Amino acid sequence: MEASRKLSAPAQPQVAQEIVQPAAKPRRRLVPSFLGDRLFRSLTGFLALLVVLLLIGFAVVLCMQSRLSLARFGFSFFTGTNWDPVNEEFGALPFVYGTLVTSAIALLIAVPLSLGVALCMVEMLPQWIAGRIGFLVELLAAIPSVVYGLWGIFVLGPWLRDHVDPVLGRYLGFLPIFQGPHIAVSLLTAGVLLSIMIIPYITAVCTEVFRVVPQTQREAALALGATRWEMVRMAVIPYGYSGVVGAIILGLGRALGETIAVAMVIGNRAEIAASLFMPSSTLASVIANEFTEATGDLYLSALVELGLVLMLLAVLLNAAARALVLGVVGGQGEGR
Amino acid sequence: MRTAPRKERPYLYRKFKSNLMMGLTCAATLLTLLPLFLVLAYLVSKGFTSLNFAFFTHLPKPVGEPGGGMANAIVGTFELIGLASLIGVPIGIGAGLYLNEYGGAFSAPARFAADVLIGMPSIVVGIFAYAIIVRPMRSFSALAGGFALGIIMIPLVTRTTEEMVRLVPQELREAALALGVTRWRTTVSVVVRTAAAGIATGVILAIARVAGETAPLLFTAFSNRFWARGLREPIASLTVQVYTYAISPFADWQRQAWAGALVLTAIVLALELGVRWITRGRLKPLR
Repeated sequence: MEASRKLSAPAQPQVAQEIVQPAAKPRRRLVPSFLGDRLFRSLTGFLALLVVLLLIGFAVVLCMQSRLSLARFGFSFFTGTNWDPVNEEFGALPFVYGTLVTSAIALLIAVPLSLGVALCMVEMLPQWIAGRIGFLVELLAAIPSVVYGLWGIFVLGPWLRDHVDPVLGRYLGFLPIFQGPHIAVSLLTAGVLLSIMIIPYITAVCTEVFRVVPQTQREAALALGATRWEMVRMAVIPYGYSGVVGAIILGLGRALGETIAVAMVIGNRAEIAASLFMPSSTLASVIANEFTEATGDLYLSALVELGLVLMLLAVLLNAAARALVLGVVGGQGEGR
Repeated sequence: MRTAPRKERPYLYRKFKSNLMMGLTCAATLLTLLPLFLVLAYLVSKGFTSLNFAFFTHLPKPVGEPGGGMANAIVGTFELIGLASLIGVPIGIGAGLYLNEYGGAFSAPARFAADVLIGMPSIVVGIFAYAIIVRPMRSFSALAGGFALGIIMIPLVTRTTEEMVRLVPQELREAALALGVTRWRTTVSVVVRTAAAGIATGVILAIARVAGETAPLLFTAFSNRFWARGLREPIASLTVQVYTYAISPFADWQRQAWAGALVLTAIVLALELGVRWITRGRLKPLR
């Protein structure tokens, strides 16, 4: 069923264009005074243009609003470790560090799990169960992030502190990242919570990517005597490789930008903590915490600059992920 | 192919490894679904006990006074959703129609922009709305909150509309055009009507998505302990209220946070489940 849809889909619009174009063209020339079509086309075209302008508007507004801080600190904004609103000194390195560490933890957990779920759904389960499981995984994305945050504060954080931190400390305690006191609000808690939140995004794209792997690839591998896992490794994953990378980048984009859940469980401290058990801050969480309290234009402008960084990262990662995924899934998301 | 030069491993070993790895994928699936059930279980067990009639009808009480509810926040959430839909739905549907029905000069950049905007961190949208609306108005307001949520809705609605409209068979358009119906009437009366269920699904899923947003409201709609008297005033919302109560040190407020989270999740999941159940099997799910 999947294959027949793929086959017929690209053929349809081509035929249609051939038929529609000649019919539409003379019409327009015959009745130039007929404004309805022109009007509707310009109206919807304007709305589409608005979407483009919106993206440009984001960049312009954020640059404008952060110009004070951009001019004052320049690149040292990202190397400074001192975030001191009282003395108007702003260095964003602790937040960049917090963002990178929590995202890394999230990817480390989420990528293998998402790949597992996607492979299980595509290669193991019959269609009807896979559909239901896919639906449940999507529900993970539907739960509001403030609810995840609440759960993280009262359930996940304390549980990690009491049951996971001691184990990590005992067996991996020789690494500085697993040393020190165990605190419920920490980089680790934020990372684990983020991993739960990005799994549905990575899984959805991976599933889609694995589904477009041609059945013949699998049959070829099996015919060569491959076991099921060898077939996955030889035929399925290599075929969808760039799509999987795109899915991971998409998940990274989500993890970097997630705000409220992280702000609730990371502890909000503007310092670089070596241990994953310590509180920290991310780019997004510090904006959420301090924006309404920001007194002074420079302070506000510095916070907006953090937002600008987040935006640029999100745009870059999403553009890259989009290109990679579309390369595999083959213009399903593209129009005619 | 890659394993060819190596000496072949015994079949039993390969079989075992295959079963192990495929078993692990199933384990991953179970492990992934575990948090979903845990979150929902905690929500129900902790939230249900704190939920009562007053929660839906009373204003929040100051710390220390027992009782009180989130009536203003619940209404506020719906008000914000309404405002957001006024912005997000027409722009989203119009842009989506253009992308599939006309596909002129802006379609490639618009599609790209919509895809990138879908991944835009919501806190950045909050900053944008703050700069555009809150600063000139010199006040937090429901308008600013609705504007921020509306911007989040635009790309979501655009992309689903485009995808749903693409599912409309080309023959229907041709039939309408062959009867001499103009292009725009064809689009409105034939294409949109055929895809109406799909477009509505996209809109409702976008609403469900923004109903759960907190970050863009923190410094646009802000929050309000009382009823907002107009759209130019700060307004309470369930999400911000839950956030404030959850990070507070008071046990009373924390209980209310669980109740609020339960109500919020119930609203969002009801929208998601309802719409998917109605359109089950007929539509490709939205990412």
